[in-house]
Amino acid sequence: AGAGAERRSGKELTKVGSSGGEMWSRTLLKSLRGARQSSQQSGERSLGTLCIVEAKDGAGGLDSASKATLACAQKHLPKPFVALVASDAKGASEAAAGEIASLAGVETVLHGVSDKEGANGLLAEPLSQVVAALVGKLEPTHVVTGSNTFGKNLLPRVAALLDSAPITDVVQVVDESTFVRPIYAGNALSTVKFVGKGPLLLSVRTTAFGSEALETAQGAGAEVASVGAEEVAAGAAAEALSEWVGEEKSESERPQLDAARVVVSGGRALKSKENFEMLEKLADQLGGALGASRAAVDAGMCSNDLQVGQTGKVVAPELYLAIGISGAIQHLAGMKDSKTIVAINKDPEAPIFKVADYGLVGDLFKIIPELAEKLPSQK
Amino acid sequence: RTRRRGGEAAMRVVVGIKRVIDYAAKIRVKPDGSGVDTANVKMSMNPFCEIAVEEAVRLKEKGLAKEVIAVSMGPQASQDTIRTALAMGADRGVHVLTDAKLQPLSIAKLFKSIVQREDPKIVLLGKQAIDDDCNQTGQMLAAIMDWSQGTFASQVAVADCQERVSVTREVDGGLETLSLKLPAVITTDLRLNEPRYATLPNIMKAKKKKIEKLTPEELGVDVSSQIEVLSVREPQARVGGKVLESVDELVDKLKNEAGVL
Repeated sequence: AGAGAERRSGKELTKVGSSGGEMWSRTLLKSLRGARQSSQQSGERSLGTLCIVEAKDGAGGLDSASKATLACAQKHLPKPFVALVASDAKGASEAAAGEIASLAGVETVLHGVSDKEGANGLLAEPLSQVVAALVGKLEPTHVVTGSNTFGKNLLPRVAALLDSAPITDVVQVVDESTFVRPIYAGNALSTVKFVGKGPLLLSVRTTAFGSEALETAQGAGAEVASVGAEEVAAGAAAEALSEWVGEEKSESERPQLDAARVVVSGGRALKSKENFEMLEKLADQLGGALGASRAAVDAGMCSNDLQVGQTGKVVAPELYLAIGISGAIQHLAGMKDSKTIVAINKDPEAPIFKVADYGLVGDLFKIIPELAEKLPSQK
Repeated sequence: RTRRRGGEAAMRVVVGIKRVIDYAAKIRVKPDGSGVDTANVKMSMNPFCEIAVEEAVRLKEKGLAKEVIAVSMGPQASQDTIRTALAMGADRGVHVLTDAKLQPLSIAKLFKSIVQREDPKIVLLGKQAIDDDCNQTGQMLAAIMDWSQGTFASQVAVADCQERVSVTREVDGGLETLSLKLPAVITTDLRLNEPRYATLPNIMKAKKKKIEKLTPEELGVDVSSQIEVLSVREPQARVGGKVLESVDELVDKLKNEAGVL
């Protein structure tokens, strides 16, 4: 299993026609209208929570950010919830919708926002308008998504359209209007209360909710339907603003960094791309993912999606091996919630040793091969 | 107005900058839990904002922008941050003076007023401030202006026609390239560029550059918050472990003590 880069160009992919047409089932629409009429009388919002999840082609099921979003909605936010699946491919969105429909607490799963190929269906400009229109129709009290690059790009745009201040990167739900979020690279935790008129928009950190198991529904699953034509049309004008051109992503059979049980992470001391690849063998031996410090990425030793830290990925695996990483505050922000941290560094004063459970001071070029030799193979 | 002849610098670029606790400073939470202590702590321009200023100045040096305007919102001391941007090459500054605790939505609305006055084709912002780590302002501004957005940019290339800009973004899976219609809001990520240090001659020159002072009231923006900070606390400290003697000992501990193997 090696890592390679795959390039896809949007121009090579053909556009699939958009799935128009009114697809809300009549009974569903009727029940929602009924609920809304009574809620309008009482001045309250009718739906609990709207979840926005991302389904990517070839991902093989819901990603960890989506699972964390759904777990948060299921365990901590008002029910029932409606899930909206945004996708870069029709097949992926239908598959994800099916998976979500079997969860407890779901009322409806909506998909088919865009059948455009090549991630145009994930662009924030049109998607935010569709979400805003959907919020206007369903009137949820809460809107939730994951705090990954998809959610970070989308949620604030939706929030501004609704003139509602969002609460991003939530690590704890205290109650339905009170949340805890990290600030200053996780060196402080801020407890905040939403006092606006709503809806309350929030994004959740994967590591904070990802381990909560999703409950399946008793009995029949939720309704799966296509997003209404009106909501899809709300995004039409904004489609002119941006266009997906292409991507460069790493192909790997290793587990996803933010969901892996073990992470083998390399820093500046590895010195070169070839040396960094030494860690791949160790990662494979442990059945883990590869991670990196900012310095390693800046130096071109590996691709940007491996970066762990304040502005990269936040991970909390069972085992985090920090190899040749000094332990700057910004890096710690991304891994200090790992269950067991091992640090390997030749500088005994390196800050990483202050957070590591176990440390080895020495030359990593000697230690890593010895470790690889003595570790039992885990797959 | 905009000229399409090759080499003719046409656009104005607005850059947003924030004064924050320096990235290397130790963070101390106030004992009363009301917030983080900023007294006697080194303050600097947010690192992502430095990258934004650098990118804007490079656009000018490439002949794509005719003027770079550095904008900051906050108390009197925000002026220092604007001076730094001017020393890096911005042409003039705008300081929205307020002691109010500003949240991203209010800042986006203030930016909207400034954008309507200055008429830029590109607004460059850092992707997030390293104090609140919000990562919201750019996206919000783009929404309320109904502009395109290119967030977490690691590469920016304005098209020759100056009607579009290509932005490569750092995303979870790797890199993604979008083509955006101008005007656009672009937020900068770490690897977009390496910001220059302000040289002493440029620092001196910057003293003569103009900084316009405005207030939220003058701009007609209500900066009251929809979010209340109830308390700030330190996270549970991680207890440091032990430095071991050998790889054998490490493997043993991982297997038998930590139970992760």
